[in-house]
Amino acid sequence: MHSVILDKDKCVGCTDCIKRCPTEAIRVRNGKAEITVERCIDCGLCIRVCRNNAKKAKTDPLSMIHDYKFKIAIPAPTLYTQFKGITDPNIILTGLKYLGFDDVFEVSKAAEIVTQETLKYIAEHDIAKPVLSSACPAIIRMIQIRFPSLIPNILPLISPKEAIARYVKTYFIHQGMKEEDIGVFFISPCAAKVTNSRYPQVINKSYVDGVISIKKIYMELQPLLKKIKEPEVLSMSTSKGIGWADSGGEGRATGFENYIAVDGIENVIQILEKVENGKLEDIDFIECLACVGGCLGGPLTVEDAFVASHRMEKLKKEMSKKNRKLRDIDLFSHPVKLTWDKPLKVKSVLTLDDDREKALEMMEQLEAIYERLPKIDCGSCGAPTCRALAEDIVCGKAHVEDCVFMLREKVRNMAKDMVILSEKLPPSIQKKGDNENDG
Amino acid sequence: MKLHYKVDGGAFTSAGFAAGQVKRTLRQLGISPEIIRKISIAMYEAEMNMVLHANGGNVDVELAKDYITVVLEDQGPGIEDIDRAMEVGYSTASQKVRSMGFGAGMGLPNMKRYADELTIDTKLGVGTRVELKVFI
Repeated sequence: MHSVILDKDKCVGCTDCIKRCPTEAIRVRNGKAEITVERCIDCGLCIRVCRNNAKKAKTDPLSMIHDYKFKIAIPAPTLYTQFKGITDPNIILTGLKYLGFDDVFEVSKAAEIVTQETLKYIAEHDIAKPVLSSACPAIIRMIQIRFPSLIPNILPLISPKEAIARYVKTYFIHQGMKEEDIGVFFISPCAAKVTNSRYPQVINKSYVDGVISIKKIYMELQPLLKKIKEPEVLSMSTSKGIGWADSGGEGRATGFENYIAVDGIENVIQILEKVENGKLEDIDFIECLACVGGCLGGPLTVEDAFVASHRMEKLKKEMSKKNRKLRDIDLFSHPVKLTWDKPLKVKSVLTLDDDREKALEMMEQLEAIYERLPKIDCGSCGAPTCRALAEDIVCGKAHVEDCVFMLREKVRNMAKDMVILSEKLPPSIQKKGDNENDG
Repeated sequence: MKLHYKVDGGAFTSAGFAAGQVKRTLRQLGISPEIIRKISIAMYEAEMNMVLHANGGNVDVELAKDYITVVLEDQGPGIEDIDRAMEVGYSTASQKVRSMGFGAGMGLPNMKRYADELTIDTKLGVGTRVELKVFI
């Protein structure tokens, strides 16, 4: 149920990814990184930190669009920031049609609708404060694993990607098309959105049929864009909608005064710790995004997050011009459901054993083992920390000798014993002078 | 089982370390999120108080089948007026501490709110012992 995968040939078994994984989901075994499926939240941090490019995301190929009669692209606004010198989204949207899509609809337009729904939902419902944004699927999954007590704080609305897919399909079905003929493809900056389209947790089914990475589309799109002299008017969204891609964009769009925007999964963890400790009850809304720079810093993007953020500002300026033409289509006349179908479940993947007494017993062993370990978190054993190794040992997945220091200590003790033994000769062949200290 | 932590005084930024460790342990034991939240808020406040007012101290945690107790002991100045300290918003924290976002006068009220049992023994100039108990 995750999308980050390993390219075994490229992995050299270093400690870069195991050390940074926020859920300690990776171990090095037999010289290669191994991802524990239940723990992976698809944040993509390992994709970014791997110096050998051994981590990838399982996305769909562009050729998959031909499985459908009517092919629709729904690009994330991050796509607009990937091309140097382009400040008109219509050029990029037209380019997508050149690639074979029959139509294109912007996720950023749905972001504007979700913004309105957010304000309405918060006004009408009594959600635990601070309300946490549900926009980043990696964060949702991290809360599920590491901060389950904060599940009631999450805003139970579907993401802009899912919303636009619903509106688009509903619209074309009303136009007389068959549902099975319509293929909706999300152009994604991240792996977590691949997973939440394939295996949705809070909705019964996703209306997204395939997910193509920005990286893949970029290679195809880049050479085409220069040829587009007169782009079609395809853009429907304003600067508020596209701003969602940047950290703080969602909060700004809602107009909340009392909100925090935090990006980068390690920073998000610190903020969520504070929320869990009851320290941020005076805050109304928190926008948490797993990547530094928000979706602009997604692991499946091409451009650096800070360069992308600069381009985003230029785009927003251009899009705020008064005489800007927007596409005129009645896409939103048929209402769709924007709330979750079912609640988010607690995932207790960090629990040692389901039986409390057994878990308590294992915990005691764990503490005892941990006390003996060097506590320098070197990672040579393949686990990210000495504590994680202790956990693996009590769960039967590792040995204390996997620790190089423990192994060395054992070898040293054995060598000492050998020396002592070697000095001991049987009395029958003892010569005078041997073992005289033995008494 | 028992856990022991030593809390340094004055280290605001790393304060909450012991509470964080206990939280992690409770998660691994499969304790429900609501109970974890109760214990972590109460313990965080108590740990914070020890850092802010008493130059640190010792934390002893006992995890049993049906309860968790946290005992925090310090050799700080003691609490002068315990009844007032229990009031929401009452604080003796310095301006410096307040400017860092602490000392809002929620410490003891939050401990009382989230712990199932709270016992405080304090003696001026000698120190304070706080015992928090949460039933599982």
